[in-house]
Amino acid sequence: MKYVLMYTSRPDLAAGADPEAAQAIYQRVYEWFGENAGVMADSGAELLGVETATTVRHDPAGAVVVDGPFNEAKEVIGGFSVIDVADMDAAIAVVKTWPMLDLPGVAVEIRPMVEDYTQFE
Amino acid sequence: MTTSSTDDLLARTLREEAGPLVARLTRRFGDFDLAEEAVQGAVVEALTTWRRDGAPHRPGAWLQVAATRNAMDGMRLRDRQRALAHRATPPAYDVEVGDTDDRLALLFACCHPALAPDARLALTLRAVVGLTTPQIARAFLTHESTLAQRIVRAKRKVVAAGISLTVPAESDLGARLDDVLAVVYVMFNEGFVSSTGPTQDRDLAADAVWLAGVVATALPDEAEAWGLAALLTIQHARSRARFSDGDLVLLRDQDRSLWDHDAIAEGERMIERAASLGSPGRFQLQAAIAAVHATGASWAETDWLQVSLLYDELARWDASPVVRLNQVVARAQVVGPLDALAGLEPLAVPLDGYHLFHATRAELLSAVGRVDEAAVANRRALELTTNDAERRLLTTRLHRRPLSDGS
Repeated sequence: MKYVLMYTSRPDLAAGADPEAAQAIYQRVYEWFGENAGVMADSGAELLGVETATTVRHDPAGAVVVDGPFNEAKEVIGGFSVIDVADMDAAIAVVKTWPMLDLPGVAVEIRPMVEDYTQFE
Repeated sequence: MTTSSTDDLLARTLREEAGPLVARLTRRFGDFDLAEEAVQGAVVEALTTWRRDGAPHRPGAWLQVAATRNAMDGMRLRDRQRALAHRATPPAYDVEVGDTDDRLALLFACCHPALAPDARLALTLRAVVGLTTPQIARAFLTHESTLAQRIVRAKRKVVAAGISLTVPAESDLGARLDDVLAVVYVMFNEGFVSSTGPTQDRDLAADAVWLAGVVATALPDEAEAWGLAALLTIQHARSRARFSDGDLVLLRDQDRSLWDHDAIAEGERMIERAASLGSPGRFQLQAAIAAVHATGASWAETDWLQVSLLYDELARWDASPVVRLNQVVARAQVVGPLDALAGLEPLAVPLDGYHLFHATRAELLSAVGRVDEAAVANRRALELTTNDAERRLLTTRLHRRPLSDGS
């Protein structure tokens, strides 16, 4: 099954992290992608900072474009990957080793990807 | 056969068969949702048919045939175009002996941490224990529609998110087993200290005792699984003495001749089994405490020193305020009410909303002669309790002449 991993963080908390420690974690992130290359269907992408986000939101009078990410969201998505593993437990096992989880406010959302479109027929 | 006896038989049959049936049909049709709906459909059919015509000779087989037929109907209906129905062979009386591993795998899926905690219990009761949605809704005082939605959402997630119906591998077993045991424990408490009182159309507590036994038997080297099975077995052995004419009877006042002493002995054997595995944990300690209580000749003759020491040990595993409250209660029997009152002080804030904290405080205050403060604490306990039986007990205590018996 394919799962999308959405890496989220809390910029307010991340700003307080020790730069040296953060550097060490980035090194481990790099290694992590190497270690998990076997299950990476798409290593995905890292996103620029949340201050660069623009949101297009529903409005009864027509879609509106606004600055910033979703309202009030403290957690922001920093990037994503797609992995292909047997089941949810295997996905959780991969995600649990994500080095950034050592930082406060970091979370990874796991979402199964639609692969079989016949279910919508 | 009377309605209630066919219902009892159905409850017993479901307990043994529902979980394995769901697991078997899931394997056969490759669809958990379909399997689960099919078994529930069979339960509803059984409720009406058995009441009308009497119970079948082979209730397990009857259910299996009905559930398989439902599953095939569902399959044909859903996937006519894909012609998947041919994968299933016609139903036959091929009842297998209850496959514990199937049931255990299903239980682990239903208690998966990826599911919301309230959904875990609801799904377990439905898929593993075989309760119908209205039965679960009644037990938890939840609207049937809310509960049905919760179950549907949980089932969808199991399928869509790829939660596998397998017992986790050795390396993951520990944490996952904790989740399973927690659900069984909540299930037991919901039945044992039900917020609705003792009347229910299915004995959830008995179902939980049974389920804990299934887990321990299937995972014989897991000490905490035996610990929970022992704890629930011993607690449940006191059931008959816990209510008198609908009124709650406290442990100290219970008629100990009504206890099931065979079950208590069985629980003690389970504790020994757990202890032999050399891996202590909170359920084993709680079971040991329950065993000391259950083997005392009376409240006064209970080995309070032992209970108190066990609570000290338990507090190291589980320092929750409720455990510390029980620690104080046990210590009061050893060191006296005055010292125990001092031990209550740090719990006043975290347990302010917990009726048993105020009831305990009332008791200790009254034991040291601070009658007015005791009455205030008792009133507070009364305001906070949601259980009718407990409310009656506290009311009686409030109106009792002060210091009449020092409790």
